[in-house]
Amino acid sequence: MVDPVSALNGRVAKGAVTVRDCGVQGMITLRADLSAAKVKALCKTIAGHAIPDNGRIALDEATGLAWMSPDEVLLIVPYQDVAATLSQIDKALTGLHYLAVDVSDARALIAVEGAFAAEVMAKLAPVDLHPGSFAVGQMRRSRMGQVAAAFWRTDAGFQVICFRSVAEYMFNQLSIAAKAGPVGVFDAR
Amino acid sequence: MSTRLASGGRLVNRDRRVSFSFNGKTLQGYEGDTLASALLANDQLLVGRSFKYHRPRGVVAAGAEEPNGLVNLGVGAGFEPNQRATTTELYDGLVAQSQNHWPSLEFDVGVINKHLSRFMPAGFYYKMFIHPRPFWKHVYEPFIRQAAGLGKAPKDRDGSTYEHFHAHIDLLVIGGGIAGLAAALEAGRAGARVLLIEQTAGWGGRAVVDGATIDGLKAEEWVNHALQALEDMSNVTVRARMMGAGVYDHGYVLAYERLTDHAPETDGPRHRLWRIRATQTITATGAIERPLSFAGNDLPGVLLAAAVRDYVLNWGVSLGDRTVVVTNNDDAYRTAIALKKAGLDVPAIIDARALGGGELADQARALGIRIELGKGIASVKGGKRVTGVTICAQAGEGAVLEEIACDCIAMSGGWSPVVHLWSHCGGKLVWDADQAMFRPDADRAPTGADGMPFVLTAGIANGHLHSAEVVADGFAAGRSAAKVAGFSSKSGSAPDGADATEAPIEPVWLMPQGAGYAHRSKAWLDFQNDVKVSDVQLAAHEGFESVEHAKRYTTLGMATDQGKLSNINGLATLANSLNSTIPQVGTTTFRPPYTPISMGAIAGAARDEIFQPLRMTPISDWSNANGADNEPVGQWRRPFAYVRAGETVHDAVNREVTNTREKLGLLDASTLGKLVVKGPDAGRFLDMLYTNMMSTLAVGKCRYGLMCTENGFLMDDGVVARIDDDTWLCHTTTGGAERIHGWMEDWIQCEWWDWKVYVANVTEQFAQVAVVGPNARKLLEKIGGMDVSKETLPFMQWTDGNLGGFKVRVYRISFSGELSFEIAVPASYGRAFWDMMMDAGQEFGAMPYGTECLHILRAEKGFIMIGDETDGTVIPQDLNLGWAISKKKADYLGKRAQERSHMADPNRWKLVGLETLDGSVIEDGAYAVADGVNANGQRNTQGRVTSTYYSPTLKRGIAMGLVLHGPDRMGDEVELTKTGGGTVRARIVDQVFYDKAGEKQDG
Repeated sequence: MVDPVSALNGRVAKGAVTVRDCGVQGMITLRADLSAAKVKALCKTIAGHAIPDNGRIALDEATGLAWMSPDEVLLIVPYQDVAATLSQIDKALTGLHYLAVDVSDARALIAVEGAFAAEVMAKLAPVDLHPGSFAVGQMRRSRMGQVAAAFWRTDAGFQVICFRSVAEYMFNQLSIAAKAGPVGVFDAR
Repeated sequence: MSTRLASGGRLVNRDRRVSFSFNGKTLQGYEGDTLASALLANDQLLVGRSFKYHRPRGVVAAGAEEPNGLVNLGVGAGFEPNQRATTTELYDGLVAQSQNHWPSLEFDVGVINKHLSRFMPAGFYYKMFIHPRPFWKHVYEPFIRQAAGLGKAPKDRDGSTYEHFHAHIDLLVIGGGIAGLAAALEAGRAGARVLLIEQTAGWGGRAVVDGATIDGLKAEEWVNHALQALEDMSNVTVRARMMGAGVYDHGYVLAYERLTDHAPETDGPRHRLWRIRATQTITATGAIERPLSFAGNDLPGVLLAAAVRDYVLNWGVSLGDRTVVVTNNDDAYRTAIALKKAGLDVPAIIDARALGGGELADQARALGIRIELGKGIASVKGGKRVTGVTICAQAGEGAVLEEIACDCIAMSGGWSPVVHLWSHCGGKLVWDADQAMFRPDADRAPTGADGMPFVLTAGIANGHLHSAEVVADGFAAGRSAAKVAGFSSKSGSAPDGADATEAPIEPVWLMPQGAGYAHRSKAWLDFQNDVKVSDVQLAAHEGFESVEHAKRYTTLGMATDQGKLSNINGLATLANSLNSTIPQVGTTTFRPPYTPISMGAIAGAARDEIFQPLRMTPISDWSNANGADNEPVGQWRRPFAYVRAGETVHDAVNREVTNTREKLGLLDASTLGKLVVKGPDAGRFLDMLYTNMMSTLAVGKCRYGLMCTENGFLMDDGVVARIDDDTWLCHTTTGGAERIHGWMEDWIQCEWWDWKVYVANVTEQFAQVAVVGPNARKLLEKIGGMDVSKETLPFMQWTDGNLGGFKVRVYRISFSGELSFEIAVPASYGRAFWDMMMDAGQEFGAMPYGTECLHILRAEKGFIMIGDETDGTVIPQDLNLGWAISKKKADYLGKRAQERSHMADPNRWKLVGLETLDGSVIEDGAYAVADGVNANGQRNTQGRVTSTYYSPTLKRGIAMGLVLHGPDRMGDEVELTKTGGGTVRARIVDQVFYDKAGEKQDG
């Protein structure tokens, strides 16, 4: 079988802030009663972290999970592990009311990294991205430019998830914002 | 004449000359000049013509309030009209042209309007252009078009880039004068995240020009210290060339940063629109000086008094050797003193107040300046520039006492606080009679969601005209705003300012107060729009009592400066004319932006490839490389047809239809909405959403379903597949995916919140390929990997499997009447799967087809299309879809509505097929006409066309339409309208035109 191809197929726009396609990433939308012991335990087993609080993400490399809504988490696993993880969920949650679907291919994952990455993000997202307000571990479901997005801070900058169909728009607006240079508010000092 | 002085000018760098051009003439200025100061330094007093009468216009002000100094700036891709010379910083190579004149600034034919001015009074447009009607087209409109318009529209695409930036802060301080600085300092010390912005390039506002003393320092020194202290605070951001444009609900503020206007060769965005969320906002926006209304106050050479001293002190530019100062307050004496100290002559200060001024007047007198108390200006002498004034008693009617030769008049009618930003979001004003000004009413501030004020005001903007009060007020506002935002400081203490003692202002709304009509009709209120005292008085006389009505009737304050100079004078004139008071008349509404901001800043980065998001499927790149002629479907771009060399789009569509019917067509159906609905109550939920029964659908099977609104109207359709016991996959229309997802969540979250149902939108998870035509099964069998035979996978079933190594889900459904499979693969494999299908399909005649072919295929089969057969007024029953409406169910969304009398009316138009007798294609949207006319004299109708195409299969036009009693009138003929007149005859037929028996769909 051929290899999976991400929407941006490895595109990179290098610069003081680099915008980079992160390739395919396994993602599972899990909707369930997040307070149920079985759900909590399962998430911990799959992601290696407890379900984070509202607006937060817990992630090591390509494995982790993010709080999406009061009854939804995003499980992040290696792309090739998605099918096995879905079976694991179905087995563990039998009898409970839940929904687990593979959304890996419905998304694009883009890294925004470099000196003024936060300002590039703040040009597009109506979110307080001041380093004092938005630190590693925090994540927002919001909008960037004219499309829906979710993003979180990493040590190197940010990672952005958007719908696959608008990956090119997202990549272009990020690289244009990066090329336009810093604003000089967050990272100037 | 106006000229550069030998020395002076705190803002200009005399070591660096800057070359620029005005109306083709090359001129020299200095670094630090504005275009206005540089023009004045070159004796270019005349800068434009007024809007209505084409009167000569010179610069009046030195800042954002300037109404006259508007130019066409730049060339080509950098061209922009209506740029204010007073806020345009000079740069090398600047190109400016004056506006609203023809053929030249000096000789303007439109000036004839001036002589017609007595025939163009207030409300002229309303009065004259209504009757007689033909005059509008042939006389008035050409005349107005000739006269109208200030700058030229740009001809080229804007070559600059723009961007937005979102900032979330505790405190926004708008205005970099001493009040704003004091506020930012105190809030910054308290630890609040502060953004301090200043619209000009320089800091300190009036204080640094007028030489106030703060904390024992000269204002300029104090300002520099303050800026340094702010720079040292990591929680404070300080930005010059950034204007507070508008204040909105929830602490939302738009600010407009001009990054490269002063240096256009610099890389990066030209303007940045800041979208700020501030817990608190302080408007420390200063004040604007008011003109005085005397005859001839619009002549070039008549300026605001503070502007005259700004030009001398900031830019070392003199407006003339002899300046007469005319005032009703003490501040203008500063101008006289500054001019005198610069070595210029001030023949007289005309003070309308009988008692004159305070300490500043004493200083002026000590400098030997003649002061005339209780006097006013009767008229101004001169044509294109001032040559002198005649003096009269302010209390009188204008009898001339004396004529004084001069080349500049510096006028001051007092100061109006800039209350715009305070007012944008509901802040109210009080009339301060002692100071003759509207100032913010602290008790009626703009309030947030908690009912508490979120805007404070400070300094001159708050009605404090003296430095001591200004800095103290700024400090207090900064402390108070920081406290609201959760920060308190005990460390700072209020700066200490010192001022000259001033005598009170005496309001002067007309000079002299008893001026006759001849004088009043030459006393300008609005310089740009040519509104005079007499116009406002006429409006009042004609019954315009509301200031908002009078504004629109006279166009007072409707020019690009939005009445910054004319507002208060105009409403005071109106109040006097109505025998009312100023607070009773009130102000017009202050609306954002404070001064015009560029369209580019509003658009931000959204241009060219990111003008709007275009949604792409995994197959879009292939399509675009293979002749796709795209059409928008929502934000998707779907191939309308794949056009080959030498074909028209119409040819391509016909080829695709024929090929699909005869051989094999492939469609990129990835955009179809796909919603997973799961849970113990999912079946019950879908039974409520669809008109037909979905809970009884067997696992592995598909069913076509209809969704209606609560009002019974058909809103979406699609095939539903039962995946397992408690999981369904619902296909929606391409345009309906997000909407129907939201619709489902709405019902789950708001109405049936106790039902156990989850929904997920997996539309983009899959690439979906429709494989359609007699050879469809052959292709899948050739690729191999799963059994797709008629027996194993019959019509309206689905199965998971493997095709050519791809993990697929295959649906045996058909929207064309042909043998058809819809195959879903994970989107990341979509392109590889498509390539494989196209390759393997070659031997079976595979061709891609687009949306138009899809539409024709379905129309030939009489299948409805949401958006064609439906338009929000159509119910399923109108479309003969009764078979898809469950009779067994107690309820579904729309059921009750469909039982209403009008919905059950047998006279509702119903769907039929239509065939023209001559085989032609009926026009889109054509109506079937009926006898007679309706009450409006319009032709009666008995139906309308909903879909109409040329059928390449049947080689004739086919159509569907809604017709009165249609299904009962098979074989009847109707007349259908044509654009441009005439009708075409068509026969009512069954809507299924092709393969009525449905034999083709099983292959």
